[in-house]
Amino acid sequence: MTPAYARREARTAWLFVTPALVLLGVFFAVPVLTGFLLSFTDYDIYAIGDPSVMRVVGLRNYTAMLESKEFWHAVRVTMIYVVFGGALSVAASLGAALLLHAKAVRLRGVFRSIFFTPYVTTLVAVAIVWRYLYHPEYGLIDATLAALHLPKIDWLGDPHWAMPSIIVMSTWKNFGYNMLIFVAGLLNIPDEQYEAARLDGAGPWAQFRYVTLPALAPTFFFVGVLTMVGNFQLFSEPYVMTQGGPLRSTVSVVLLMYEEGFRWWRLGNATAIAFLLFAFMLVGTWIQSRVAKAQDA
Amino acid sequence: MRRVLAAVLATCAVVAFGGCGAKRHDGVTLRFWAMGAEGETVQPLIADFERENPGVHVEVQQIPWSAAHEKLLTCVVGRSTPDVSQLGNTWVPEFVALKAVEPLQPYVDSSAVIARDKFFGGIWDTNVVGGAPYGIPWYVDTRVLFYRTDILRRAGYATMPDNWRDWRACMVAVKKLLGPKHYAILLPSNEFEQPLLFGLQTGSAYLTEGETRGAFTSPEFRRAFDFYVSLYRDGLAPGISDQVISNLYQEFEKGTFAMFITGPWNIGECTKRLPASLQNAWTTAPLPGPDGPASGFSSAGGSSLVVFRNSPHKELAWKLVEFLSRPEQQVRFYHLSGDLPARVESWRDTTFTRDPRIAAFGTQLTRVKPGPQVPEWSQIQAQFLVRSEPVVRGVARPDSALAQLDADVARILEKRRWLLAHGKLAAGAAQ
Repeated sequence: MTPAYARREARTAWLFVTPALVLLGVFFAVPVLTGFLLSFTDYDIYAIGDPSVMRVVGLRNYTAMLESKEFWHAVRVTMIYVVFGGALSVAASLGAALLLHAKAVRLRGVFRSIFFTPYVTTLVAVAIVWRYLYHPEYGLIDATLAALHLPKIDWLGDPHWAMPSIIVMSTWKNFGYNMLIFVAGLLNIPDEQYEAARLDGAGPWAQFRYVTLPALAPTFFFVGVLTMVGNFQLFSEPYVMTQGGPLRSTVSVVLLMYEEGFRWWRLGNATAIAFLLFAFMLVGTWIQSRVAKAQDA
Repeated sequence: MRRVLAAVLATCAVVAFGGCGAKRHDGVTLRFWAMGAEGETVQPLIADFERENPGVHVEVQQIPWSAAHEKLLTCVVGRSTPDVSQLGNTWVPEFVALKAVEPLQPYVDSSAVIARDKFFGGIWDTNVVGGAPYGIPWYVDTRVLFYRTDILRRAGYATMPDNWRDWRACMVAVKKLLGPKHYAILLPSNEFEQPLLFGLQTGSAYLTEGETRGAFTSPEFRRAFDFYVSLYRDGLAPGISDQVISNLYQEFEKGTFAMFITGPWNIGECTKRLPASLQNAWTTAPLPGPDGPASGFSSAGGSSLVVFRNSPHKELAWKLVEFLSRPEQQVRFYHLSGDLPARVESWRDTTFTRDPRIAAFGTQLTRVKPGPQVPEWSQIQAQFLVRSEPVVRGVARPDSALAQLDADVARILEKRRWLLAHGKLAAGAAQ
């Protein structure tokens, strides 16, 4: 290949990627950079009216956040959702995928669509239905508890139960997506491996433990990272269901960021929260990739 | 030829006539934002305004309340504000801080329709920041007591008491009558309005030192807060959030509670939703005061009309504001929307004097006070809930909660202190 030809080819390549780069630059790089710079200022409602009253505050937004109870409370709420909500969601979607994959199941496509329906349903509609389900006086769940002579629980009104209630609802709503990925993963496992395992005398559990799970490892990593990144950004569920209450028990980091940024218009604080959240997510993904690598080795 | 000339002359005359009116604003489109139901109900009034001002087209954009605040702020930042807008009157200080709305004093000075003394004073003042008006009250909204007359009568009260001591005794009697799982009053623990109203009544200004620090630990506010908390402690009010009440009207009908503090829209709702048998068993009363009726203040809520600074048609925008402020249009708007008129004069209409349930609002409106006129006020209100709800639920003590609240407020108002200290708060916005 002559150098001139290589240059021409490189030029063509740049030409092809330019539109994408421009779009990314304008709608991603510029806002992120602006946000990063804003996080070192006290940009707020007064500064929107008169930019000259904006102060550069250095790291003060970050230190104030790291010292605020409210922020760490939101981190705890978010971590509970990431860990428990994530585990429950992965388990539910794997379970559903295994059920769909079972040989005995008929009408697979129908069930797959049914399981996937909540994922494509508007959250607001889902929230309305679930708020009825959770209602302590007229809800189906508490009515069932009462029929079984169990004490009623004020699911969304009790600060201890509000977060578990949100986890259950969002698992129900979101497991369909991961389920599809698991189904795809299961389809990739060659039947021969199961056949060989059966010949070696492996029962259903041993087949699951020594054939299915190892073969699904990459899928697990993918689903795990995706779910974690998604769960760190918990926002709409508490926003629609509880507005962060009762007693701030469902305020996630993104909800806190939203309140700071778009309710109180303290954009300096809000962007600082955004970058702290980014740091957390980076660390979380790094840990997961280390765990995945350790398993491979 | 002559005919042609005549025709040409006639045409010119028509054009000239239309032109020399000089009031013709040919092809001018005035953009008007109205929130929620008002976007719909204001249409007939707008049609009349257009008829009065030929050539003007008013484009009414209906914005849902839930998105209104964000949308307005976004438009201010993006410099695509409308010409005129309805604005929740508690938002006025914020939009003044943003330098988004036009100061209206010069317009008011030369107006035959609009002057402060033609409106309820407390309501007008919600639009005043740093001594100058930035909005004109459109309709008002305040809180009164809604109560079940049959239950109160059975408890030995023919009318609603007008001072705290008797009111509390009445609530105790009602609670005793109704028994367990029933309450005298509904005060949702996640609403800041009611406790802050009590503070207004005891003479608390909420903020102090030129509205740069909180005054929630002051004796005045403490008195109000203790009264509020005692209603839960003594079982007179259920310590639940409004989300637990799935149907307010059903519970009011069942007598789960005998009173609640709410706004004018619930007159229509109660009329519509309560069964016919109960229609003579509920009414409204002005809020009781800590030291008698004169101290029974309530909030000065409602919506104002503002003209945006960026508008190229400010004169015309003001004309629309004046039109909507006319006494007869205010009464008409009430019939269309149920929104109470902001003009004192409109209240002489029999529509308002005939019905005691509405008349109670008229009385209450003479006793309303605006909250602090600072843009941070809504954040302070939200922070109040963060501190008050644990007290209501019995997991925090009032002293420490209020002290923490003052610390929070001092933090929230830090920028304001800095702006004042450096003389950077625009002259109009300084208190």
